[in-house]
Amino acid sequence: MSRVRLLVGTRKGAFVLTSDGTRDDWNVEGPLFAGWEMYHLKASPVDPGRLYASQSTGWHGQVVQRSDDGGKTWEPVGNEFAYDGVPGTHQWYDGTQHPWEFARVWHLEPSLTDLDTVFAGVEDAALFRSVDGGQTWQELSGLRDHPTGAQWQPGAGGLCLHTILIHPDDPQRMFVAISAAGAFRTDDGGETWRPINRGLRSGELPDEDREVGHCVHRIAMNPSRPDVLFMQKHWDVMRSDDAGESWHEVSGNLPSDFGFPIAVHPHEPDTVYVVPIKSDSEHVPPDAKLRVYRSRTGGNEWEALTDGLPQSHCYVNVLRDAMSVDDLDPGGVYFGTTGGQVYASPDGGDKWTAIVRDLPAVLSVEAQTLP
Amino acid sequence: MIRVILPQHLRTLAGVDGEVSLDDQEQPTQRTVLDALEASYPALRGTIRDHGTAKRRDFIRFFASGQDITLDSADDPLPEEVASGAEPFRVVGAMAGG
Repeated sequence: MSRVRLLVGTRKGAFVLTSDGTRDDWNVEGPLFAGWEMYHLKASPVDPGRLYASQSTGWHGQVVQRSDDGGKTWEPVGNEFAYDGVPGTHQWYDGTQHPWEFARVWHLEPSLTDLDTVFAGVEDAALFRSVDGGQTWQELSGLRDHPTGAQWQPGAGGLCLHTILIHPDDPQRMFVAISAAGAFRTDDGGETWRPINRGLRSGELPDEDREVGHCVHRIAMNPSRPDVLFMQKHWDVMRSDDAGESWHEVSGNLPSDFGFPIAVHPHEPDTVYVVPIKSDSEHVPPDAKLRVYRSRTGGNEWEALTDGLPQSHCYVNVLRDAMSVDDLDPGGVYFGTTGGQVYASPDGGDKWTAIVRDLPAVLSVEAQTLP
Repeated sequence: MIRVILPQHLRTLAGVDGEVSLDDQEQPTQRTVLDALEASYPALRGTIRDHGTAKRRDFIRFFASGQDITLDSADDPLPEEVASGAEPFRVVGAMAGG
């Protein structure tokens, strides 16, 4: 019977939660790397034993860890993320130009086909690639060298590249998203990039057709239909049916269209999940009720999923990398909160159970389906 | 022998308990001790000093013989007690964070 492993990154270490295919009973291991901020952990789809983890602190900076045995043992690998050439500047919060400075790795995305190739999305926004299992990293500088690069401005969380999607049928095509620059696509394996933000409307931008400057929080796809993308923007839930060439809003009847994560059901490409948050100034659930909203129509029509989730006095947030789905049937959905809960729904969102309730603030959740 | 005491996170990262011992150096400095430390424990590269520039990370400080030598030149000779192994070279994480 298949199993599920959840790789949970928190403000104070990483945790590994495992269950059999019923997803009723969970074993909780951790903390790994206790005391470190674990922005993201992810497994290679080529070998389920190969895991990568991004580890950092304000004292010691960035470390990348790799496991080749499913997380039993870990080895520090390369942590030098040097921008290609003279880094130049991007826009700072006050509109002045600010040097590009590496801060941390937000997201690690292993290749779909090559065990030793892995991508890293970093702050200040750039994309790095390793082809030796994380030992060395090279910037794919065609992204940051885009003529709009000097206009990119950080969001409240920093100028971070947080989303990396690899097209499952065309490895030359990838999508990334940057707060607060927008979404970008490459069709040549990462050499050149272009913004794909047509149709996004960001109220603070006077030019509605501005190419960059959009605070994209997360993009998700179902691998069976990889040119259909769903986006949780700062405000607005968006959809593209043409690999990002154009976007249209599908917020529909959501109680708030502000939020961070977005996920697509593993087997139903029109079933989408978001977690509405009241506003960018409060970062708490509307009405103090933690509700996942599910659309089974590819957006616009949303239903609240509340069974098992707190429906009063709840003031947690769910961060952009903290929601994930497994590949089992029925499909499981998982998310972690800034209050330290990790919730699981093995039935696609109908019912939720807290696997754990008191972890440090959860930064990321990745579900890994094991044979 | 030169003795180095690391903060807890770096001991864990380097996989060591207690002090680290490095080979004798004729006239050790911050730079030569850290170079030797990183050569012996490559996982520590980038965690005390930046890659490339070798600039000390902001929340790291260095102590020797009871003195804060953080702001001394990286090429100044360390005290004789450190060179002889009588006193350790201490890498300290500043009080910060939460």
